[in-house]
Amino acid sequence: MSFWEYANPKRFMALSSAALPWFTALTALVLSVGLIWGFFFTPDDFRQGSTVKIIYIHVPSAFIAINAWLMMLVTSLVWLVRRHHVSALAARAAAPIGLAMTCIGLITGAVWGQPMWGTWWEWDPRLTSFLILGLFYLGYIALWEAIDDADTAADLTSVLCIVGSVFAVLSRYAILFWNQGLHQGASLSLDKEENVHDVFAYPLWTCIIGFVLLFITLVLLRTRTEIRARRVKALIARERMA
Amino acid sequence: MIALLIRDLRLAIRTGGGFGLGLAFFLIIAVLVPFGVGPDSAVLGRIAPGILWVGALLSCLLSLDRIFALDFEDGSLDLLATAPIPLEGLVGVKAFSHWLTTGLPLTLAAPVLGLLLSLPEPAYLWLILSLLIGTPALSFIGAFGASLTVGLKRGGLLLSLLVLPLYVPTLIFGAETIRRGAEGLGTATPLTMLGAITLGTLAVLPFASAAAIRINLR
Repeated sequence: MSFWEYANPKRFMALSSAALPWFTALTALVLSVGLIWGFFFTPDDFRQGSTVKIIYIHVPSAFIAINAWLMMLVTSLVWLVRRHHVSALAARAAAPIGLAMTCIGLITGAVWGQPMWGTWWEWDPRLTSFLILGLFYLGYIALWEAIDDADTAADLTSVLCIVGSVFAVLSRYAILFWNQGLHQGASLSLDKEENVHDVFAYPLWTCIIGFVLLFITLVLLRTRTEIRARRVKALIARERMA
Repeated sequence: MIALLIRDLRLAIRTGGGFGLGLAFFLIIAVLVPFGVGPDSAVLGRIAPGILWVGALLSCLLSLDRIFALDFEDGSLDLLATAPIPLEGLVGVKAFSHWLTTGLPLTLAAPVLGLLLSLPEPAYLWLILSLLIGTPALSFIGAFGASLTVGLKRGGLLLSLLVLPLYVPTLIFGAETIRRGAEGLGTATPLTMLGAITLGTLAVLPFASAAAIRINLR
């Protein structure tokens, strides 16, 4: 029994259909606990007032936006190396979620930045890199949509994902060189002395876990949809042949 | 490979279209910008480095889909793929000939357009140098984008969506070189970074492009 057995679509469908209700319930639970805790049971910041609470959406969505691309990179590599269709479809399923998370991160950031920095948008390194990450997602999704043949599309998007990752990292550091930032440093890190105060940090961690669960749930759901769409296509093609 | 290079150059020059068009587009951009922002030469001089780089980048984009599309349509790309030279070499030659017909003329025309945009005196050397070093990266990245979209009917728009985000680092370092040169600051850092990007794309992207072409020809 190895991990790769779940690359078989049938096994994957069986496992995911069993796991999906649990993940859905867990997501709902953790997210509602995290958000309600964050929104109603934490004090206002003494300088930022209640706008500080946007952190409970902003940070987790940004975290997912970056890690969704990372997951797409891994699944693309798995597709190129081992040719498991489920892997390619999972990458395809994750891309729109990543794009949505990027947009949420940018919009919540703008809403927070308007009263705090006095501007909706600033050409700050973090903001700019995020915008470019969004463009990468757009290109990736557009390439998937443009190609008819499923295997060709999977191959080409995988190549794009790998090259895009290199350039995304390169852009990140190029932008750092281009403009020094307004955005604060990391709010949560395991190795630094100075972090967000515990009062904010615990609900924030809960929200991050909730968003990760949400991401897993959505990816499972969308991958199942993709597999079903693929099956429908195969059935239609078979009918035509007969 | 040399024969292939000469063939591509001949095709690019004699069939018209791509070769002169990029240059004309570059000229138009440089002429239109003053209409948009006003004729104040202080303002123009400040934004000239960025405008020239963005203009060069866009006019480079115009002719990208011609790198492989024409050969793909008439089937010569299939023949070239089965030829004894490796596909990676073919991509390199194609990108190089694209650079010779767009990047190099753009570099040579840029000082004249810099004059139109009242670029400060000390920046000219850095303008030419940064374009000379940076534009090969544009061609090689573009060849990668073109190889991804070669099988598509209307790949042109998609091509720009894919390629433009990849151009970001090149653009940043290229324009930064000129800006620092114009202000008399040290330009060594952005210029070496620009060179590093160009050499990196030269070394790595032909392999990725060749892989994409193999997938498209399958």
